[in-house]
Amino acid sequence: MLRAVTNRLVILIPYFWLLFFFLLPFLIVLRIALSDLEYGQPPYAPQFSFSDGWEVISEKLSRLDFENFAFLAGDKLYINSYLSSLYIAFVSTILTLLIGFPLAYGMARAPENLRPILLMMVILPFWTSFLIRVYAWIGILKREGLLNQFLLWLGVIDAPLEILSTNKAVFIGIVYSYLPFMVLPIYSTLEKMDESLVEAARDLGCTRIAAFWKVTARLAVPGVLAGCLLVFIPAVGEFVIPDLLGGSGTLMIGKTLWIEFFNNSDWTVASAIAMILLIVLVVPIVWFQNAQARATEAGR
Amino acid sequence: MPSLGSIRRSFAPWSDPDAKPYISFRNVTKRFGDFTAVDNLSLDVYEREFFSLLGPSGCGKTTLLRMLAGFEEPTEGELYLDGQPLKGVPPHKRPVNMMFQSYALFPHMSVADNIAFGLKQDGMEKSARDERVAQMLKLVKLEEFAKRKPHQLSGGQRQRVALARAVAKRPKLLILDEPLGALDKKLREETQFELMDLQQELGLTFMIVTHDQEEAMTMSDRIAVMDKGIIAQTGTPAEIYEAPNSRYVADFIGSVNVLEGQVVASDDGHVTIEGRDGRFTGAVRGQGPAQGKTVWFAIRPEKMRVSREKPTDTENAVQGEVWDVAYLGDMTIINVRLDSGSVVQAAMINHSRLVDDPIGYEERIWLSFSADAGVVLDR
Repeated sequence: MLRAVTNRLVILIPYFWLLFFFLLPFLIVLRIALSDLEYGQPPYAPQFSFSDGWEVISEKLSRLDFENFAFLAGDKLYINSYLSSLYIAFVSTILTLLIGFPLAYGMARAPENLRPILLMMVILPFWTSFLIRVYAWIGILKREGLLNQFLLWLGVIDAPLEILSTNKAVFIGIVYSYLPFMVLPIYSTLEKMDESLVEAARDLGCTRIAAFWKVTARLAVPGVLAGCLLVFIPAVGEFVIPDLLGGSGTLMIGKTLWIEFFNNSDWTVASAIAMILLIVLVVPIVWFQNAQARATEAGR
Repeated sequence: MPSLGSIRRSFAPWSDPDAKPYISFRNVTKRFGDFTAVDNLSLDVYEREFFSLLGPSGCGKTTLLRMLAGFEEPTEGELYLDGQPLKGVPPHKRPVNMMFQSYALFPHMSVADNIAFGLKQDGMEKSARDERVAQMLKLVKLEEFAKRKPHQLSGGQRQRVALARAVAKRPKLLILDEPLGALDKKLREETQFELMDLQQELGLTFMIVTHDQEEAMTMSDRIAVMDKGIIAQTGTPAEIYEAPNSRYVADFIGSVNVLEGQVVASDDGHVTIEGRDGRFTGAVRGQGPAQGKTVWFAIRPEKMRVSREKPTDTENAVQGEVWDVAYLGDMTIINVRLDSGSVVQAAMINHSRLVDDPIGYEERIWLSFSADAGVVLDR
């Protein structure tokens, strides 16, 4: 009897966790998104108080509306920010995949005693602050930075390249920062894969390349999907990288949100932006969950 | 001279000097860094043969198979299949299919798709392919499992799928790496006979790697016993069992008692040796080894006769004390500690259900054997 009760309690813990740390904050942000901007502290209205009577609260509730969302829809800036964010995140994810897959493949095929070292080298950058690592790229990419100096010295270019403060720098920053998130899940699926599957495919008439596509690449799909999602989702909302490496022309929703919140002190519009961003990101997550379930079923 | 054991069928191309070998290893050496996996090895296998490579792990038997399949190239030497050199021919262009020890079934494909995989690579059209797949499923009795995924099958079923996939392309040669290794004993015994039937039915050449001597004995036309990259002996199961050429082979196949001694008398057909266990006379083919040489007399437990009285019909008799008795049902194994201290084993077939006075522990008994019951080995 007591056991049954404790079992139930144990199951409840994650639910409480989700309730307090996800659902409640979500509702608070939603409620701000539905409020009106007002100059004061905090800068939105209406304010609720538990001492208000039911009449007052219901009257205040009726003042919540979708005005901020309508405002977002009416201003091209926001729509462009979203589209530009999705575009930058998408291109970065593809680039990260193109670099990350061969890296993960090489690691998974490396001699077994070498693998922990290689794995360590992928994880090592995490030991330094993300902010500092992104900041370091300014020194590399700027007009008189290391990269330009090196290329000029090599004689590959005659004039320094303009990379910093363009979208190129943002791509480089995102690919660099999120590469481990792509490499690790792909590595773990490839490492588990039985090498004799590739040999079997070759034995049954596949060239090396055909065997790679039909077996290795196919069985790595769950890892590739996980990696792409781990890169794509945070990249869409990325703020630090476009702020430090991007220029005035770099439009990303994370930056726009920051400006609304801190520069304009418009909490309500900033919250609405966050809500829309959440909805935009839920779609690929749900799609991924389905794809993952199918792939697990197929690849077991 | 009487022949050795029974020959299963009158199929013996290896003793026909005009027969053309189907697979030919010519002085093949394979090195991995400093390690020599296969050392200057030559071997001929004939068409439709069921050939086993038998040896402990690390003896190079799997490397030999992988060279045949094309996953490894010999460091030195040449490999021929049906008279054609195999050097530089990639795996997908060899008329050879392999059944992997892990089965290597594609986990993302159904049973039918696994079997169809190789046919699809060959560009066989769909109707013919479906027909072949159905035929293969019938062959391995898995018709109802066509749509299942490998993880939904039992170990034995997976083994059949792997087999069906490997023979679906009708290869001239099927190579099997420990095909029964992952099955339990009962299933393994059943499957041995199924493999033999399949080989007969399809008329294929089978080359199989195993470390299980019983498996090799049951299925093979010929066996090559391997030791550290070389072939210790090639022969029919009966030859390997009854006429091993070395203590290594004698010991690897079945149980054997090895009695050491020096040659004291040697003539055409017989050799007498004397050692700490006593004095024995063994039969040899032709001239026996020189006097004074150390040799070993190897005799199988079932060829030992057990008696309480000293046998009168043979000089090859030793006395000892019963140390262990193991009743196995069909036979009883007795370990006897000789007066010299050596322990030898004798196996007695239990002809009758009831024995009045069975041999018991600590009893003093005689073990005897005829001159041609064992073999005299010089290495």
